[in-house]
Formats: sequence, structure tokens, C-alpha cells
Amino acid sequence: MKTIALLTVLAIGAFLLYGTPEFPAWGDPQAPAALHVSPYYIEHTIEDTAVPNVVTSVLADYRGYDTMFETSVIFAAGLACLMLLRRYQPKTQETRLYRHVPTGITLRIAQGGKIPEASDEFERIDSQWVPYDLIVKLTARLIVPFAQLFALYVIAHGHHSPGGGFQGGVIYGAALILYAVSFDLRSTFRRLSERTAILLSAAGVLIYASTGFLCMLMGGNFLDYGYLAPLLGGDPVMARSHGIFIVEIGVGMAVMAVMVSLYYNLASAGRHDEGL
Amino acid sequence: MEDLAANFLTKYNYWAFIALVMIGFYAMIVKRNLVKKIVGMNILQTAVILFYVSIGAKRDADLPIIAHGHGSASHAVHAADYINPLPHVLMLTAIVVSVATLGVAIALAIKIYRQYGTLEEDEIGERIRNA
Repeated sequence: MKTIALLTVLAIGAFLLYGTPEFPAWGDPQAPAALHVSPYYIEHTIEDTAVPNVVTSVLADYRGYDTMFETSVIFAAGLACLMLLRRYQPKTQETRLYRHVPTGITLRIAQGGKIPEASDEFERIDSQWVPYDLIVKLTARLIVPFAQLFALYVIAHGHHSPGGGFQGGVIYGAALILYAVSFDLRSTFRRLSERTAILLSAAGVLIYASTGFLCMLMGGNFLDYGYLAPLLGGDPVMARSHGIFIVEIGVGMAVMAVMVSLYYNLASAGRHDEGL
Repeated sequence: MEDLAANFLTKYNYWAFIALVMIGFYAMIVKRNLVKKIVGMNILQTAVILFYVSIGAKRDADLPIIAHGHGSASHAVHAADYINPLPHVLMLTAIVVSVATLGVAIALAIKIYRQYGTLEEDEIGERIRNA
């Protein structure tokens, strides 16, 4: 079995290697990939869309269809993960463990006991001994707001520097996941509930698609932002720039929400308890 | 032999791509553990990303962000001064999609583990036959 697999893999490698002499050399400006559509994108991005970052203008304008369906793929992946793993348990009265955070005392509340209300003072834990990491929590509390601010900057400044909806959304999601790792899943649900995360991911895709349909209502083609000029103000070129920004916000929301909801489901195997 | 050396020196990006493809394929075919298969799939995806991004490179070219984009309308833009943005766009979305599909793959693995109590392929097959 192993030898057959090894031979197959070596044959694939040999075939690929056999093809390399036909390929352009590393960094060749005359490579076929650089000769057809990409010169048009580079030379016309300013006059078409007023966006200096060519990657952003190609992503959201010239190839807007592609990006819209990529966003839907991400949304579908988030939904698939939810449907595969999520387990809803009936709310039974079982024995629960709570920690009184200021004193560090663990309370065991037996069946039928009075459960403390959700607050910062009492923290529900799943096992008898969960260490309270003061340093990790304090550091995360300092880093998370700046990471979120940086994510918003990356989304908003994607027209002029490397960035955009995908990158900013992932950074925002990573900030929330850092919060979830250093605290626990339950305290993260208080900031961003499962329901909100799913609604946000759907809303992101909806913003993208409805921008496209709005362009059709205004008389243009799907995702032809130039026709939004009467709504957004300015000339059609600036309208395209603004249209790209709206779409990037939708992408950022969808990516952020899907990353967070993937983490929610994978970290707790769908039980949505204390998590990792 | 000299041909091969020249080929390697000017096209080492394809050699790296081929090496990663072979590692990824081998892991996907031979490894019995599902998590190892997923890791192999990710290595394969990384190989494709490396292939695309390395195609976009141009000698003596800059980032695909037009310098002095605003304020000088007469300023001529030459495509040779900027690297090819298209592969970067494609791989930008592909990276995020690969993270999302990795999530689905791990979710499936968790589901299989719940059902059969193992991630080893031959043991899963045995349990299906005995059930």
C-alpha cells in the first residue's frame, strides 16, 4: 500500500517537474500571467475606481462576482460547522460549580439550589479546579481593544494600503478568539452571542448581495457601483470607490462572524460550555 | 546536468511547490489518521497558494498600490512597475476559504470521533463492519 502510494506521489512529482521548463522563470515581467488582464487592472484602476490599491479594486469591483460567492462559501462553511456539531441540551437542574471571583472560592450548587445571577462576580466553571490566570486575562484585556481597533483600521484603509474586508475581518475574529481563549466561552457569549454571530455573518453576505441588486435597481449591471452615484453623491468614479467600501464592510462582518462561530463550535465540540 | 541546475536556479519556486504537493499528497493517501489527512490537505493548499503568489512576482517591481495615485491625473502608470495583483486577489480569498473549509473538516472529524470513538481509518472501518 505504502509503496504504491509512494510511486503515485513520485509519478505526480515527476510529471510536474517535467512541465517546469515550459514555465516562466521566477520574477519574469513577460510571464504569460502578467500579460493579459493584469496590465489593464494596474493602468486603469485610478481612472475607473479611484482606488490606488489594485488588489482591493480587483477584489471588490473587477472580480466582484467571485468575491461575493467566496463570501457565501465562508458563510456556508460556518453554517455547516454549526449544523454538524451543535448539540442542544435541555435545561436540567444538575449540580453546577461556580467560582466567586474576588475570593477565589468554588461553590457547588446542588440540584434545586439557588443559582447566582449572571455577573462578573460569579463565574460558572465545569470542573472542580480551573486555574484563574490573572496575568493572561489582564494581558488579553489590554490587547483585545487595540486588536479590534486595528482590525477596523485595516478594513477602512484597504483602499490605500494592504488590507480590506477579509484581512480586517480575520483580525477582528482573532481578537474575539483571544478573548475567548484567555477568559472562557461563556463570558465571550455575553459580549457576542451565538445568535448575533450567525445573524452578523448572514447580514454581511446580505449587504454584499443587496448592493449588487441596488445597482440593478438603479439601471446598471449587478455590482456595477457606478450607477450608485445619485445615492452616494459625487461622480460615478467616486461612487465605485464608495461601493467597494460598502462591500468590504459586508465581507468584514461575514468573515469575522464566521471565524468566531467556527471557534465557538469547534472549541466546545458544539456544547457551548466553558470551552478550551 | 547543467540544464537541470539552470532550471533549478531560475525556477526554484516551482520546485518548492512540487515538493509541498508531494508531501501533501503522500500524507493524504498514506496516513491512516484523519487529522493527519487534514494536515496533508492543508499542506497541499499551501502549495497551491505558493504557486499562485510566486507567479505574480516581477523583477524590480513594487507592491500593487499605485504610488501618487491621487492629485496627478497625467501621471502615467506602467504595468511593469507593479507586481501582478491578480494572483494575490485569488489567494487572498482562497486563504480565508481554506480556513473555513478546515473548520468544516475538523467538525466532521469531531462528529466521526463521537460516533466511533476513534480517528484511525482501519478501526472505523472495522467498527462499521461489525455494527
